[in-house]
Amino acid sequence: MAHDLLGVSRLTDAVLRRWLHGLPGVDQVGAEARVAGLGTRSIKTTAKAFAIDLAISMIDLTTLEGADTPGKVRSLCAKALVPDPSDPATPRPAAVCVYGDLAAIARNALGDSPIHVAAVATAFPSGRASMPVKLADTRDAVEGGADEIDMVIDRGAFLAGSYLQVFDEIVAVKTACARPDGTAAHLKVILETGELATYDAVRRASYLAMLAGADFIKTSTGKITPAATLPVTLVMLEAVRDWRELTGTQIGVKPAGGIRTTKDAMKYLVMVNEIAGPDWLTSEWFRFGASGLLGDLLLQRQKLATGAYSGPDYVTID
Amino acid sequence: MTRFDYAPAPESRAVVTIADSYGIFVGGDFVPASGPSFPTVNPATEEVLAEVGQASAADVDRAVAAARTAYEKVWGRLSGAERGKYLFRIARILQERAREFAVLETLDNGKPITESRDVDVPLAAAHFFYHAGWADKLGYAGLAGSPADPPKPVGVVGQVIPWNFPLLMLAWKIAPALACGNTVVLKPAETTPLTALLFAQVCQEADLPPGVVNIVTGAGPTGQALVEHPGVDKIAFTGSTEVGKLIARSVAGTRKRATLELGGKAANIVFEDAAIDQAVEGIVRGIFFNQGHVCCAGSRLLVQESIHDEVVRRLKRRLATIRVGDPMDKNTDLGAINSATQLARVREMTAVGQAEGAEPWSPACTLPDRGFWFAPTVFTGVSQAHRIAQEEIFGPVLSVLTFRTPTEAVAKANNTPYGLSAGVWTEKGSRILWMADQLRAGVVWANTFNQFDPTSPFGGLKESGYGREGGRHGLEPYLTTGATR
Repeated sequence: MAHDLLGVSRLTDAVLRRWLHGLPGVDQVGAEARVAGLGTRSIKTTAKAFAIDLAISMIDLTTLEGADTPGKVRSLCAKALVPDPSDPATPRPAAVCVYGDLAAIARNALGDSPIHVAAVATAFPSGRASMPVKLADTRDAVEGGADEIDMVIDRGAFLAGSYLQVFDEIVAVKTACARPDGTAAHLKVILETGELATYDAVRRASYLAMLAGADFIKTSTGKITPAATLPVTLVMLEAVRDWRELTGTQIGVKPAGGIRTTKDAMKYLVMVNEIAGPDWLTSEWFRFGASGLLGDLLLQRQKLATGAYSGPDYVTID
Repeated sequence: MTRFDYAPAPESRAVVTIADSYGIFVGGDFVPASGPSFPTVNPATEEVLAEVGQASAADVDRAVAAARTAYEKVWGRLSGAERGKYLFRIARILQERAREFAVLETLDNGKPITESRDVDVPLAAAHFFYHAGWADKLGYAGLAGSPADPPKPVGVVGQVIPWNFPLLMLAWKIAPALACGNTVVLKPAETTPLTALLFAQVCQEADLPPGVVNIVTGAGPTGQALVEHPGVDKIAFTGSTEVGKLIARSVAGTRKRATLELGGKAANIVFEDAAIDQAVEGIVRGIFFNQGHVCCAGSRLLVQESIHDEVVRRLKRRLATIRVGDPMDKNTDLGAINSATQLARVREMTAVGQAEGAEPWSPACTLPDRGFWFAPTVFTGVSQAHRIAQEEIFGPVLSVLTFRTPTEAVAKANNTPYGLSAGVWTEKGSRILWMADQLRAGVVWANTFNQFDPTSPFGGLKESGYGREGGRHGLEPYLTTGATR
């Protein structure tokens, strides 16, 4: 499919380079101005209530710490199952995101609920491991019950122009996501945009990941600064929008890291709505990789329902 | 709710108090005008906001006399540092009362509250801050004279401004005039006098000496009386080329100086290598900012033939998200047309475009029942000979033309009697420099459009007028030096 799209018989670095560098550039000032303009949208009353519930349902509730334990993961899963004990109508997040070795613990804690288990793999966060190790890491998480795999690309290879290597790695990880029953874990490809530095590079990495079969493109590991930003997400939303026009295939977007407040989440949702379009406004096509965000969304949700701020003590910690 | 529909987010109008009727501001006081009063309406609802006095020739005479007295007795003698203090004070008051000015501007003009809040009012304050800084440094402006013998003010300035940016155009006119030591008589447009009258209150609040700023309201005859008044030393006008020509004729042969900032039919030129998403944003900002009521609006899109279809497709997709409606709603992108007269003009020109064979397109949008409204419109298949490619429409109407080579782009862009502004969209830096050199326009924007800053001179070539406003160049029309004194 990839070489059909590019109109070549065989993919090479040169072919990929020609294609990626032939994409229209991104003007940094203009992209940031567009984000600032959308940031002035005022989301109030019914729109706010709708957006808060939507944002909660899009969260990949995440814990990715060296200090994670089975107990910590079970606690996070309990939070995902009952986000707000004071209001059973509160929507649940889309997934719980953990390291691969804890995927089975999470799956078990979540039982047969529709909440997905997402596991990071491929030597997350640096991606600095040999290919067999990355693939074993992926298979291990899938066997542990992961519904979704969050892989990292080799940013070093990408910046060096070894596009074919990045492409091949994504394809291989995608293959490793397959289960024996013929189904496969969904693949999210983390671009680690903070290391790609320019919006032109973000656009190229997005296209490369989509060409290689990503189901989602994701901004960041959350382990380096800057993590997700609004302009980076804008460029990625433009990419998935244009990709669907080009190929008919819809790809999801996941900003991750640094999104902490309801206000932040509203800005992202406005951008999804006006850049990619309402088709992306579901947890099937847009996710927030976040940990603290859920707490603030619940606080604001209670405020809208009761008219008063309850305070952090009324939102359970993970 | 099953879709993400933005709920109404109206700005409160409680912050402004609008009087039932207004007089004119002469010699530091509000006094009744001797002419009959006229209503100023909210173009979004047709609600009458207030009755405003029509200044007669006798009223203008009183205002000019007050300005002359203030110039000779106080302001012309004040040190630059002292003048600067007043201007800084005015700038700060504008900031403190920013919300009030923004709401009043939106009510009287019909522009979206986000624009008056984020563009008009902050820029107006910025013009006063910028020129306050110049007041005691005029000898160092490099115009003429020397620090020991700084250039002198011109005297009494008559200023006539349009309705598209009422407060901002006032700031462009009054701030440099006062910084240079002149006194002014300003006539705001008859459809948008309210922020100028609120500004008169700011002058009182700032303890500006009486007569330094005088505001006379009224229509064309009031403006004519001001322009033709023998006691005025300089005319500064922003408005249509038609009226500009009348003013130039009236001033010819007198001792008066004049600067004119007139109409435009700017080309927004998009090359095939442009950053296309940002170029589309620039096209939108170029023509739909302020309902297209912008003299330097990018009303002609010149797009390279190889990307014409793609740009038009993306532009239409983008325009489907533009929000037309209540200007007081914080999510509105496109507000009301300023007046019934202007709406008739926009309708007439779009009918002409259709009759000429160009193809109009507008996104699906529901326009309010009352008020003056026009949906954003894109004409494709426009050729250089069409009137909609030649004449200023001054509304949310874009004409799309194509070109094949840079030389053709330049030829088409320059093929107009106007020469106010132009935009160039390309990722190639050398082409930007070449185009800027070739385009006969006072302002050339590269990979952006409709950006304004008090430090940057603005003004036209050809029939778009003469003189510059803003920056060091904008001081020159308000100063006399050894050679011209």
